[in-house]
Amino acid sequence: MSDPNGLIQPGRPAPGFTLPATPDGGLVGPEQFRGRPVVLAFYPADWSPVCGDQMSLYQSAAPVFDQYRAVVLGISVDGIWSHRAFAESRGIEFPLLADFEPKGEVARSYGAYMSNGEAARALVVLDPAGTVTWSQLSPPEVNPGADGIFDALDQLAADRKVMTG
Amino acid sequence: MSTPLQVTARLRDPVTTDDHVRGPADASVTVVEYGDFQCQFCGAAYPNLHELLRQRADTVRLVYRYFPIANVHPYAERAAETAEAAGARGRFWEMHDWLYEHQDQLDPVHLSLGVEQVGLPPDELNAEVEGRNHADRVRRDFVGGIRSGVNGTPTLFVNGVRHDGGYDLPDLLAAVDAADNA
Repeated sequence: MSDPNGLIQPGRPAPGFTLPATPDGGLVGPEQFRGRPVVLAFYPADWSPVCGDQMSLYQSAAPVFDQYRAVVLGISVDGIWSHRAFAESRGIEFPLLADFEPKGEVARSYGAYMSNGEAARALVVLDPAGTVTWSQLSPPEVNPGADGIFDALDQLAADRKVMTG
Repeated sequence: MSTPLQVTARLRDPVTTDDHVRGPADASVTVVEYGDFQCQFCGAAYPNLHELLRQRADTVRLVYRYFPIANVHPYAERAAETAEAAGARGRFWEMHDWLYEHQDQLDPVHLSLGVEQVGLPPDELNAEVEGRNHADRVRRDFVGGIRSGVNGTPTLFVNGVRHDGGYDLPDLLAAVDAADNA
């Protein structure tokens, strides 16, 4: 169902990209946030109930992401107008990126595109240098929560301490 | 470091004396609920959890922890902090029940009436909530929940393992009975 090559794995450099994003449609991509951990949250679609939960959950956890100085970017194949309305209705302040044209190109480059034309429900954590440090694929109907992300961010912080200490 | 599909989430913050607990202290099954007072799904689960405790009065205890999803539910944080203020006066569960039985009346005016109905001084509680006296506690519950794999509300942990089934009474009975026999 998902990419035959599978989701991008730890140790690989994260493919660079920019996409139009909420709130104003400006181009946003992970390279803008070098020096900080970046969480890419691919999800199938705006509006489906599980998705709403997952993105709403990440918004409500914003103070915890801030503690790690981590940036969260939500990505689906929905267009910017859908993203805007969705973000507004759920109070989502972090950027939602429109992988709309060419459709799903970024999701494909991360191995997070499904044959039904939607992005897979996939989490990818990048270290401050832009290398994939953790990734997780969930069934489309399962909200993966955020515990795996925070474990990965803890691990990153611990690794950095070892390197500098 | 890659995680396979369907990892079972586990409760990371054990139940302590700081928790709000309903049911026997020596219960063989502990259900920890992470809830949002403005969440309709929590409201739907509320009578079922009540009935669960009634039917399994000797074996099950319920622990309630706050998980307000404030960006979607504008009254949720205030409701949680009000419940905690009531808890500081030994009336947590009375306030908890009022909140779930009046989910369409969580605006500040009606909430004050609710506090009064529970038999507490509204002005006093209101001042504590305005002063964010109980915000740290609510936040501590929230952070512990998100680290444990809470992925929406309600999320239940039955003897420490996330309950990924439904919240109808038969689902809940099956889950606690399975945990009791495990």
